[in-house]
Amino acid sequence: MKESGKGPRVHITKRPEISKAQAFLIRAVALVLAIVVCAVVTYLLTGDDPGSVFKTIWEGSFGSSRRTWVLLQNVSILLIISLAMAPAFRMRFWNIGGEGQVMIGVLATASCMIMLSGKVPEPALIFIEIAAAVVAGAIWAAIPAFFKSRWNTNETLFTLMMNYVATQLVAYFIIIWESPRGSGKIGIINQSTQAGWLPQIGQYKYLLTVIVAAVLTVFIYIYMNYGKHGYELAVVGESERTAKYVGIKVGRVIIRTMLLSGAICGLAGALMVAGTDHTMTTTLAGGRGFTAVMVAWMAKFNPLGMIFTSFLLAFLQKGAGEVATQFGLNQSFSDILSSIIIFFLIGCEFFIQYRFVFRKEAK
Amino acid sequence: MENRVAAVSMRGITKTFGKTVANKNVSIDIYRGEILSLLGENGSGKTTLMNMLSGIYLPDAGQILVDGKEAAIRSPKDALDLGIGMIHQHFKLVDVMTATENIVLGLKEEKYDLKESSRKIREICDRYGFDLNPEQKIYDMTVSQKQTVEIVKVLYRKADILILDEPTAVLTPQETERLFDVLRNMRKDNKAVVIITHKLNEVLEISDQVDILRSGEFIGSLKTSETNVQEMTDMMVGRAVELNIDRPQPQNVEPRLVISNLTVKSEDGITKLDDVSFTANAGEILGIAGISNSGQKELLEAIAGLQPTEHGDISYVPHDGPQESLIGKDPLDIQRMGISLSFVPEDRLGMGLVANMDLTDNMMLRSFRKGRRRTVDRATPRKVAQDVVDQLEVATPGLTTPVRRLSGGNVQKVLVGREIASAPSVLLTAYAVRGLDINSSYAIYDLMNKQKERGVAVIYVGEDLDVLLQLADRILVLCGGKVSGILDGRTTDKYEVGLLMTSLGGGEAK
Repeated sequence: MKESGKGPRVHITKRPEISKAQAFLIRAVALVLAIVVCAVVTYLLTGDDPGSVFKTIWEGSFGSSRRTWVLLQNVSILLIISLAMAPAFRMRFWNIGGEGQVMIGVLATASCMIMLSGKVPEPALIFIEIAAAVVAGAIWAAIPAFFKSRWNTNETLFTLMMNYVATQLVAYFIIIWESPRGSGKIGIINQSTQAGWLPQIGQYKYLLTVIVAAVLTVFIYIYMNYGKHGYELAVVGESERTAKYVGIKVGRVIIRTMLLSGAICGLAGALMVAGTDHTMTTTLAGGRGFTAVMVAWMAKFNPLGMIFTSFLLAFLQKGAGEVATQFGLNQSFSDILSSIIIFFLIGCEFFIQYRFVFRKEAK
Repeated sequence: MENRVAAVSMRGITKTFGKTVANKNVSIDIYRGEILSLLGENGSGKTTLMNMLSGIYLPDAGQILVDGKEAAIRSPKDALDLGIGMIHQHFKLVDVMTATENIVLGLKEEKYDLKESSRKIREICDRYGFDLNPEQKIYDMTVSQKQTVEIVKVLYRKADILILDEPTAVLTPQETERLFDVLRNMRKDNKAVVIITHKLNEVLEISDQVDILRSGEFIGSLKTSETNVQEMTDMMVGRAVELNIDRPQPQNVEPRLVISNLTVKSEDGITKLDDVSFTANAGEILGIAGISNSGQKELLEAIAGLQPTEHGDISYVPHDGPQESLIGKDPLDIQRMGISLSFVPEDRLGMGLVANMDLTDNMMLRSFRKGRRRTVDRATPRKVAQDVVDQLEVATPGLTTPVRRLSGGNVQKVLVGREIASAPSVLLTAYAVRGLDINSSYAIYDLMNKQKERGVAVIYVGEDLDVLLQLADRILVLCGGKVSGILDGRTTDKYEVGLLMTSLGGGEAK
């Protein structure tokens, strides 16, 4: 009976508050461990030297100045969409409709470029196409918000369904506007006139997108942390009853926040169509509406943290693609590597919240 | 008597959470056929100690002996195997299931036969005098019935050492009486019962022995028959405590809030307030008594603009100027009318405060709209928060601590502090001292009196009649949503109020 008087060998308890430095250290250790595991897995599965695989991942993003710019563009678009998600998530409104809100912005921009080209002056066209994208995105996001505030519908399902509607609308208009006829796609829009194309800053094709992302990051940071709107939406997210108790109009805050989210997503769509890609495909958003959910969560909805998380995810994606081509491995292998890294980074949050307690041996 | 073996002995138990010492070298004994009260203020470590007995926490040091043998309790299941069952403050029941389904949930040892289980449950109920319908769904039940399910659940698992964590906090006086009868039956059945509490009258009424904790340390063990309220209070608080509540004479009394023929229906059409009329005066504390759910919540929420009304009127009478109706106004409208109406709701963390926000941001709830800028001003609320912390002696690590980490009494001080900071002309409070220890309760009574002396119309909804009778200038008694009577707090007594609570007009008229 005596030995049973002790506790179990190991048990898990919640940590008391942890300092920021400690938390950062845990995350850094997780990243190092993730890279080690990746190396082992790479070696075991392919026999390739892990070092050269990592080098290729690095070069996929930083191999040339063009690649670096592409990476920055990718990071910027992902970051913009993630910034759009953050206020809604802080409000506990689970908007997973970023994809659709971007796509409807894409459609709005492309349709302005196609239909108004040559009919209005260039600056007016640019203004109109951006405004159209922003308004379209905002409306797309406000519809589920309206239903939520009125009849308390489930926003997760609603926004998800809106994605499919938006994507199918894009598919429909691609057929209508296809060029050349019978190709089933839209080529470069206004290639000869460049009507509606966003201006290029100096020789840097992607710089505009990067600047917009930077400005939005600062804006959302201030909006959420110092703005009255940001405070209101945080109260609504924490407790609707408290919000009502102090006279916050909950429905209005939900719709207002989603209008902002949708507007930013729409803007991201405009930046892609008018700024860099100059065409419209059904895969233009490329799942970034969903990746943005992860970016926002990993950064705990902190816009500054989202710079790093969006960078990390975009970097991994680029590197993965490069590994696949360079080593003749298929794309799935690189996905395995990114998944391992993300697994470690999300998993380490457990160790920030909890710790293991080992039984001290009896004296 | 002293030679018998304790059902449970806890020896030298220590438990720390980070830097906080919850229990320090505590030793207690629990005997069969006895009811033990574990008495202490909020945060004195009562619940933590019992959680170690029921397998929620593991002690850092110390021994637990069950029937004289050392036991390792690593999980609630281990505890139940030893016959130890705990009924927590927050119930853990599945709403859409029946009582029986909840009770057998998770039992692997026996065959799944709901009829047979219901029969056994009825048997247990008959034996101890519970009033429970095994087929009733949880969502249909009152808090008291849910508690009964939790207790029967533990008994069904053959526990003979029962721990109840503040069981009366959610009960009406009548329900408490019924629970105590059940507990007495258990004692007769030779079970060991522990109740965690900080209500002294209950300790005296129900228990045989009382163990007192203070700041995680064991202070002493007394026979209830040989002690009194004053002695227990002094041990619990650690110094002599004045147990009288002040009631200054009202000054400059004038009508502030006139409620006439107010009728309120709930969303599903049930009449909650029926033709209620009264006047709340400035410079007075109007106590509101009534058994729970007699319309207290609806009354306060209707005044605060949170509850739509059917008909009738609520009017605010300023010191100088015409009276204005508050009907159809929401809290923001009322604020914009220039009326400073403060409301301390019953649900502090779910309504009055935001649990995850820090003290500063919670202070801001009422005032964040001020100013034309689109950004919030945190400097002023930070100062208010610091003032509240200093003046009301809020125990908090700092202003950036989320309020959910504060103890119940401190949470209430933050809430009341904020509501008073806006210099209200009307102060509504619902169960302002529920769950609070003696020190905090007296601090709150004191604040109410200060507001009254400032010329505020204070409406104090309470459940403890002794307190209402000592604090309130007038007492309005609600019964089933109707005004059963309005009494002078200085001349009435508990008997008269109690009668009005249970029957309209005291059973004489109508």
